[in-house]
This record gives sequence, structure tokens and C-alpha cells, in this order.
Amino acid sequence: MNEATTIMGKDALRVEKAGPMATLQDAGRFGVRRLGVTQGGPADLHAFAWANYLLGNAWGAAVLEITLGGLTLIAERDLRLALCGADLNATCDGEPLAPWQAFTLHKGVQLAFDSPKAGVRAYLAVAGGFRDEPVLGSLACVTREGLGGHTGEGKPLAEGEMLHVDANVVDAIATGEGRTVPERECLDYMAPAKLELIPGAQIADFTGPSLFRAFHDKWRVDARADRMGVRLTGPRLECRLGSMISEGIALGAVQVPPDGQPIALLNDRQTVGGYPRLGTLTPLACARLAQCQPDQTVYLAPVAMGAAQDAYRRFLAAFVD
Amino acid sequence: MKLPRLENAGVEAWLVRLFDTIDEANMPWLMALCRRCEEAFGPALIDLVPSYTTLLVHYDPVRLTPGEARARLATILADLRPDDAAAEGAVKELPVWYDGSVGPELERLMAAADLDRQALIDLHAGQEYRVFALGFAPGFAFMGRLDERLEMPRLDTPRQRVPAGSVAVAGRQTSAYPRQSPGGWNLIGRTPITLFDQHRDEQSFLQVGDRVRFQPVERAEFERLGGDTRPVASQQEGRS
Repeated sequence: MNEATTIMGKDALRVEKAGPMATLQDAGRFGVRRLGVTQGGPADLHAFAWANYLLGNAWGAAVLEITLGGLTLIAERDLRLALCGADLNATCDGEPLAPWQAFTLHKGVQLAFDSPKAGVRAYLAVAGGFRDEPVLGSLACVTREGLGGHTGEGKPLAEGEMLHVDANVVDAIATGEGRTVPERECLDYMAPAKLELIPGAQIADFTGPSLFRAFHDKWRVDARADRMGVRLTGPRLECRLGSMISEGIALGAVQVPPDGQPIALLNDRQTVGGYPRLGTLTPLACARLAQCQPDQTVYLAPVAMGAAQDAYRRFLAAFVD
Repeated sequence: MKLPRLENAGVEAWLVRLFDTIDEANMPWLMALCRRCEEAFGPALIDLVPSYTTLLVHYDPVRLTPGEARARLATILADLRPDDAAAEGAVKELPVWYDGSVGPELERLMAAADLDRQALIDLHAGQEYRVFALGFAPGFAFMGRLDERLEMPRLDTPRQRVPAGSVAVAGRQTSAYPRQSPGGWNLIGRTPITLFDQHRDEQSFLQVGDRVRFQPVERAEFERLGGDTRPVASQQEGRS
């Protein structure tokens, strides 16, 4: 374990109890995908961005992604924090703490996450971002690859471990003061989600009835869902293509294996794959899907590339200088 | 080369499809395309994923619209040539200890190909392979094309733990596992080379486009090079 003060920063939060999975995530690991290294980063880019925004942090500052709760943290110093995304029934020394807000956590106070009331993943940001040694240019924790995170080895938080911050930034505090998240952006994760999908190059290889049903029927989020991908169950989609020569896979690609049940590929997906694809979910649709619990209903909605990109650029413009 | 096609891959990526079939001769073209993209996109380039017949180009949507990115790719494709020496690929050697203890499918492959041990080793190590893509795990290189006599489908049930360094074949391809991981390829030997190390300058020993030769070594040499001689079977505890 690190000393109280390291070159990477000062002690901020101690893990009193580790839940099923809490990992550090920055914007992702880029420039090394040709080596087979995946991008990582926040499964819910939307909540990640708002959490950093509330504190005036730079785009991509590292936050803690807390999956399903079960985590208890103790403040090692006074901290300015923001919580966005899933409602994991969080409490500060027993007092309920709702998401989508910034707050101050005083030294010695316990911040606990119980179990999901809505959504799957909560994002806890700290003023200036969490600090540690980047791996291949990023703190993004990818457990499958053993890369990144607070240990550098792709491990989720474990009991007794410490998260670090840049003390200069933390002690200055005030940044982002007065910022709030607009109500329309505080999403209702329990409502059926409409996921926008940009039709891809193999779309014409699916049969007509399959395409009709893909965009009109309900899809159910399967329990087989993680940071690599989320399986959807519903009508069986028939594609005239079997398997293809493996090719690079973009975030949000919706691949359809021979069983006809699509898999939306998320941040920790393998870099190449060889199943035909219905198309690509927009980044905000990926974010929304990452908050769906098993058995929740989602719909796929085709969207034109131009409209999707305009919407994404508008979203980024609010956060990126 | 057939006419290249540009396919949308979402709001921040284009997929350039250069070829329709797997061929060693594709790789100099893909390498040249990677280099040209790096020059033309500069800081607007987020990532590149070359693979067999295609290149996925992930660009920064804050700096470029899809139309602008597409126009840059069209300009590159108009006069793309595999003209630089780097496109020929570096030559890499992988020492391999071919042995049943570290390559449990060696015997089965010998039987299927009707070859004795030495003939099989000569066949696997007797040619140069191209790295078509890296994927599955960091540093895992898909190499081909394997002699058709050594063609064998993946295992029906993948192993939970394939030891690091395991040299394997599947279909018309061969590879080596950079780290212990699950895997369904047929194991025929082991290399002592560390294939992926994030702390090295060249994190991945193998790169897309490389030309690879396997160098048969005996157990003593394998050990001298730092190879792990523990049999595959002993590393399967906890297998589910």
C-alpha cells in the first residue's frame, strides 16, 4: 500500500468495505488498440461527464465507477465530491445522499453505498480527479486485461486500500461552485430506454422481417451483461451472413451471433470481432444501456448518422474546452 | 486491390474495407494506410485498428465531422501505395519448445496430419507467418497462414487457463498466448518470450504486419531463456 503522501497525491478515501466492483475510470485508454488493448473508460459516459462537470474538473478526470453498491469509504481529509448516475442508496454517516449533486465530505465521515434503487453504476468524482500512476497513458481499470486502476493491475478496489488526490487541487476547493445538473439530464433509469442505433454496413444482410422486429419489438436486457457487452434477448434476428473476417469493433457495435440475439459491445470489448453487425449504438445510448438492470425493457431506434453526430457533438461541447 | 469501401462505424469511426479475402499481401497496404492516417489526421486521430482486410479509424468528433473525416480518408485512398520499407514488416523470431507437456494437442495434431513429431515441427517452424491483427487480449497476434495440413478446429470446450507463452494453432492460423487466460486454441508448445509488457517501450513483442518465424528449441535452451516448464495439466487447478 502507498504511503500517506506519494508523488501521485495525498490520501483521500480509504476503502472500509469493498463491494462487488468499484474501479477508477478516466476517459479511456487510446492509441494502443492496435496492440489488442481495449479502450476502457466509463460505461456511462453521461453520468461520468456530469460528475466531473459539477466540480469544474477537466474532461476525462478520473472518477470512481461503483457497480451495484456494497462499498463503504472513509474520508481521510475534507473532500469536495460529486455523485452522479445510479441511485445506490448512498449515505453519509447514515444520512441519505441523492445522486446528481456535489457535496463536501469531512475527514472521518463514512460514505456508504448499499444496493441499487435505480440504475447499475454510480460515478463518484473528486475535485481535480483521482490520481495514480497511469498505465499506457490512462487510469482506466480493465480487469480482463489486468491494466490500469488504482493499483495499475486492473484490480477493483479492495478492503483497506486508498484512493489518492492532488492535494493542491483538493485544498483549493471552490472550483465548480454553484454548478448543478439540469433536471432533464437526471435520467430515470427505471423507465424503458430508447437506444439510438446508427444502421451499419451489414444492415441489408438481415432479413426484412428481422429488421422490422429489431426496431419495433421490445428487447430485454439479459443477466449476461458486463463492461465488455450487454446481451439483449427478444426476436431472433436472421442474417444472411454467417461469420465474417474479424475486424476492428467500435464502441456500441451491436453484433449478432448465429443465435440471433444481439450483443451491444461496450468499453471493455475485445478490439476485433467477426460477427455481422446491425449497426452502432450512439455513445449516449451505450451510456444509457450501461444503467439498465437485467430484465429491463429497451427499444432500438434507428437514427441517421448526421443527426447522431450532431447530438454527440452538442453533448461533448458542454464539457470539453 | 478492389475498390476500397468506407463504412460507417458510429459517430466517431469509419471502417476502411480494402480487401475481401485474407492474404499476406494485404498487410503492406494496411500498414501504409495506417501511416498515412497518422499523418493526415494528426491530433484528431484517436485510434487505429488494422485487421486482416480492414482498418478501423477512430477520430476525435470534437475536431472533425464525419464528412471531414471521410474526405481525408478518400484523399488518402486515392493514391494509396505500399511504398515504404516499414510496410514490409519487421522480422521477429519466437523460440518454441514443442513438447506434449506444454502442448497437449501436439499428439492429436501429429495423428490428424499423419506426421511424426519432427516433421510437424519442421512444418510449423518452416515458414514465415504474417501478423494479420492483434486482439482477443493485449499482444495476442493472429498469424497466418498456417499450412493446411496443420489445420485443426478450436477445442469444443475452451480451457479456463491457458498458460502464458503457449503456442497454438486454430484453423489456418497460429498464435501465442501473452498471459494466462481462457482460450480454445490447440496448444503445441511454449515460447519463453514475454509477448506483452506494459512497462516496456515496445509493449507488444509482435505488431500487426510483422513477419514471424518460430525457432524450435530443446528444453534446456527453453529453460535458459527463462521459459516456464510446468506442464499445462498442472496449471488447470480450479478449472470449472
